[in-house]
Amino acid sequence: MHSYRLTHLKELESESIHILREVAAQFENPALLFSGGKDSIVCFHLARKAFFPAKVPFPLVHIDTGHNFEETMAFRDKLVAEHGVRLIVGSVQESIDQGKVTEETGFYASRNKLQTVTLLDTIEANKIDCAIGGGRRDEEKARAKERVFSHRDDFGQWDPKNQRPELWNLYNGRKRPGEHFRAFPISNWTEMDVWQYILLENIPIPSIYFSHEREVFLRDGVIYANSPFMNLKPEEKPFRKQVRFRTIGDMSCTGAVDSPAASLEEIITEVASSRVTERGSRQDDKRSEAAMEDRKKEGYF
Amino acid sequence: MKDNSTHGYLDMDLLRFTTAGSVDDGKSTLIGRLLYDSKAIFDDQLEAVEKASAKRGTGEVDLSLLTDGLRAEREQGITIDVAYRYFATPRRKFIIADTPGHIQYTRNMVTGASTANLAIILVDARKGIQEQTNRHAFIASLLGIPHVVFCINKMDLVDYDEAVFTRIQRELEDFSSKLEVRDVRFIPISALKGDMVVDRGSNMNWYQGPTLMYLLENIHIAGDINHIDRRFPVQYVVRPQTTEHHDFRGFAGRVAGGVLRVGDPVQVLPSGFSSTIKSILVGAVESEECFAPQSATITLQDEIDISRGDMLVGPNNQPEVGQDVDAMICWFNERPLQVNGKYALKHTTRDARCMVKEVTYKMDINTLRKVEGDRAINMNDIGRVKLRTTVPLAMDKYQRNRITGSLILIDEGTNETVAACMIV
Repeated sequence: MHSYRLTHLKELESESIHILREVAAQFENPALLFSGGKDSIVCFHLARKAFFPAKVPFPLVHIDTGHNFEETMAFRDKLVAEHGVRLIVGSVQESIDQGKVTEETGFYASRNKLQTVTLLDTIEANKIDCAIGGGRRDEEKARAKERVFSHRDDFGQWDPKNQRPELWNLYNGRKRPGEHFRAFPISNWTEMDVWQYILLENIPIPSIYFSHEREVFLRDGVIYANSPFMNLKPEEKPFRKQVRFRTIGDMSCTGAVDSPAASLEEIITEVASSRVTERGSRQDDKRSEAAMEDRKKEGYF
Repeated sequence: MKDNSTHGYLDMDLLRFTTAGSVDDGKSTLIGRLLYDSKAIFDDQLEAVEKASAKRGTGEVDLSLLTDGLRAEREQGITIDVAYRYFATPRRKFIIADTPGHIQYTRNMVTGASTANLAIILVDARKGIQEQTNRHAFIASLLGIPHVVFCINKMDLVDYDEAVFTRIQRELEDFSSKLEVRDVRFIPISALKGDMVVDRGSNMNWYQGPTLMYLLENIHIAGDINHIDRRFPVQYVVRPQTTEHHDFRGFAGRVAGGVLRVGDPVQVLPSGFSSTIKSILVGAVESEECFAPQSATITLQDEIDISRGDMLVGPNNQPEVGQDVDAMICWFNERPLQVNGKYALKHTTRDARCMVKEVTYKMDINTLRKVEGDRAINMNDIGRVKLRTTVPLAMDKYQRNRITGSLILIDEGTNETVAACMIV
């Protein structure tokens, strides 16, 4: 007899497609948060499958810190043009100019935390009732507890102690006016799953995931790309090095890894033998043991 | 993560399991041990745990700290919600729904159990069966988890004595015989020392069975999915309305049971209209068939009015269609269940409303007996109820199909999910 068995990647894919369709069915005005990173790229790929042969029925939202890798922006614009999706950009620079947030100063200044205000403003201005994100539960301890359909109050806050129980594949997206949801279709994927899926499906990703030479400097043992957005300490001398990025975020807080991996297969081998988590090179999580939990409660991604 | 080969990774399957145990049964330590011994823990995570252990002054590295997610938990030293963990071996990828064991959090256990293929229930070898052990086993059975593994933990504290293990196993067998679990296993372990978790160790040579990890990697799960009863709840109607796909009208959904093939006759419930499957898309690819739990898009030969909430089924094998639901209920909310109260309801992709007609009985989940003279269903209570729905539902018994046999109730005032129901 025929064996009806799904590999774990196909089962995860099926679950994610189900979640994306559930979002489209339950909400009036959902949008996909798109950073140009691999997780949001995979979410978009899954959304294309979920609604094929129709177009993805929601726009992409990019929260632009102004401190982007050029390569990511080029990738974003190409993807938007190719697939004819609508792009909404929320600008952190605008939030700063309007006096809604204050730019951090000092050597560790980052716009990462400021994004939350811009994100919530963009959600409100565009009347988005469900923001789909590429968050994964394996990334970080606080994320491990978040629901697939995650409720936000009218201040955009997450209350980890008061989450709705989520059973079977029944997702409760009911809300009051002014409240919104975050939905995480790839909650159950690991970093490895994402890479394997990108390989399996041959999904294009920004070039900075692959090994390349660039000007970098060393801070607290982490390699950072040198850019006009970084305040270098006198002892921090930029130099050229062969590196790649394991995650893509704001330039001011995303560390690079010393890596020769130039193909997906090589990246996968590297990830498999890696001894630090991908967020280990993220300065934003290192601020305190509960850094992510604090940011999430305020309405972070 | 021992195997770096790309090929191996593309041929793994997925096992979801829950872990339940009483407070201090060593559950977090066991999970920490599985993650640690399967090399799923990264240096920076271990470093963070070492730092936290030193701060607490517990002496050795406390593996349980790896899994305690939220700050409140770290402060109280207990797990308070469902947290999901991931690890992989060359054979399988695992998703752990880590749920707390104490009584006020039955709802979390039920939540974690709802999607699990397997339950690990920890029993302290020194204490034997506790009230909570029975409760955990009962919930595993109620939620239809096909495989239950009792881990008799802390064997190091009873000198790895075979007689202790055998006695507890016998007691558990007596209790489990009253439950509807297909496959029950027993393993003596020490999560702290590592015996019989990933490695056999040398302290229990009298035990001939598999280690916990061997069992997790090899237990047969493909047969747990219902591939017999054709069930396709329609989730979303795909209408491209482009020149290229002008007349395309596809019904998107996730197969809840059985296999659907091109050319198969189907009946639409609740309307009763019939048609034939014209084409099947799995992702963006045309396929001859789709099966549970695949997501797919189906087109039909005839133009029939079908929308979200309807179900495509095999004409010769149909679920029951009706407005009267007889179900086991687990109540999650601080506000007790109101008899004659109205609630919103979700069943597959169908949204409806219902009234609770009666509480047939309330269950004492420690003794598995009905509670005499008390039918008040409060938070964490389990009972049996009769509901009347506003629209007909296409229902299977939960023990036959966990997707078409389950539903949740929602408080229409607060929008909170207040109950899980398993159709009987």
